[in-house]
Amino acid sequence: MNTEPIIQLIDIKKGFGPQQVLKGINLSIYEGKTTVIVGESGKGKSLIIKHILGLIKPDSGKVFVFGKDLNKMSGKELKEIRSYFGVLFQNAALFDSMTVFDNVALPLRERTRASEGDIAGMVNEKLKLMDLEGSNEKFPAQLSGGMRKRVGLARALVLNPRIVFFDEPTTGLDVAKSNEIYRVFFRTQTKLGYTAVIVSHDVPKIFKLADYVALLHDGIIQDCLPPEDFQTSDNPFIREFVEKTMGLIYESEEVEG
Amino acid sequence: MILLKFLEKSGELGLYYINQAGRMVIFLLHVIISTFKLPYYKVSNITKQIYIIGSLSIFVIVFTGAFTGMVLGLQGYNTLKKFGSEGLLGSAVALSLIRELGPVLAALMVTGRAGSAICAEIGIMRNSEQIDALECMAIDPHKYIMAPKFIATIVSMPLLTAIFNVVGIFGGYLVGVKLLGASEGSYFTSMYKDVEFQDVYMGFVKSLCFGLLIVWICAAKGFYVHYERTGGFGAEGVSRVTTYAVVLTSVSILVFDYFITSLLL
Repeated sequence: MNTEPIIQLIDIKKGFGPQQVLKGINLSIYEGKTTVIVGESGKGKSLIIKHILGLIKPDSGKVFVFGKDLNKMSGKELKEIRSYFGVLFQNAALFDSMTVFDNVALPLRERTRASEGDIAGMVNEKLKLMDLEGSNEKFPAQLSGGMRKRVGLARALVLNPRIVFFDEPTTGLDVAKSNEIYRVFFRTQTKLGYTAVIVSHDVPKIFKLADYVALLHDGIIQDCLPPEDFQTSDNPFIREFVEKTMGLIYESEEVEG
Repeated sequence: MILLKFLEKSGELGLYYINQAGRMVIFLLHVIISTFKLPYYKVSNITKQIYIIGSLSIFVIVFTGAFTGMVLGLQGYNTLKKFGSEGLLGSAVALSLIRELGPVLAALMVTGRAGSAICAEIGIMRNSEQIDALECMAIDPHKYIMAPKFIATIVSMPLLTAIFNVVGIFGGYLVGVKLLGASEGSYFTSMYKDVEFQDVYMGFVKSLCFGLLIVWICAAKGFYVHYERTGGFGAEGVSRVTTYAVVLTSVSILVFDYFITSLLL
């Protein structure tokens, strides 16, 4: 952890009405690494990502991206920062009135001056990487959940971003499909070398991919540790989380033993 | 105690509406600014919207225009006959259409047909995170989604109004002259004599303003569906906000009609 973090959240607080969801988030994300944010559902994990993306302004606290304060940026700077981001939304957020091809081509068409021929080349390359050849002309509604996520991932990666955010990439998929998403993720990350921030509760599988695991509990990041240290941490909340999510196996062993 | 609650409630409501109004004005300014920022403008986006908002509304405009003109011919003829001035039928039909009924009714029809579609489309895009996705891709939704719709509506409205007027005038001709037997010559000559540039100009200004009102209110309502007081979530949220947008637009058209008329007369 000797390098400077590329994303830093300092004491982020955010509430909706009387409900205080984030109570002082401190988190650093390092270049080229995969950071996984785990925690119970509905406790603000996706909210953290939305803060980093600048979609939501915190009530107090600071977000630094590449060393710059996100909330003091002009619209133009924010736009530039976002051009380094790729996002896979929870429900993929595909443009449902466009075909798969147009969905993936959109960032290229709107943000670059590439010719249609080049765009087709780049889009097909990304779709191939996701094993999606042959569905170019389909509409999102005609795809299965796993395919939709892969299209979303292709769209997130098409501009070769430096940081990619995954908001629950495997939620709602069966085991085989979610393994497939992980494989695609692993393959693309080794190939493209991006920094990944994953929000997930697919424990323990997600530990295999993570360089760092952060637990969000009670509106606070309890700790951000490499997976091995995470599983043996002394923090009571992390212990509880690890036991709750992975403990069943031990328990049954106890019974069997 | 009750008084305090009442004050609290009305204050909350007042703040909410001030907030809403402020958001809508900022939204409008944002769209206007991004419309005139020029990098990578896609003409195909605008023509597509003109097709959806303008061309596809022609049928309904022709239909309502014809019947409006026809009923004007019928009513006008029977009223004017009492004073023996059926000869003025042409000017009566044309003036009421060009000054008032054309812009207002065309705008109301477009609100129902295209305005509701704009609001629902954008509302669904907001609710399914598609607008967030655009922002994350550093594509400004004001420019990419809103600007083409604004341009298309403002271009289409005067044209649709013109079609409405012409069809209406011939509808009046059909009933007044062909059916009821007013003189054909005086129908048109009275019209040529009485309709002045001022009248056409007024109708044109109105149709532009109504076009802006329609797309502004409907797009902004859809865009800010998640800020709705009554809860703007899911399909029901979108349907509620669409209804609200159509009602608000229709009312605003009638209110603005009065003020524009009083300013231009």
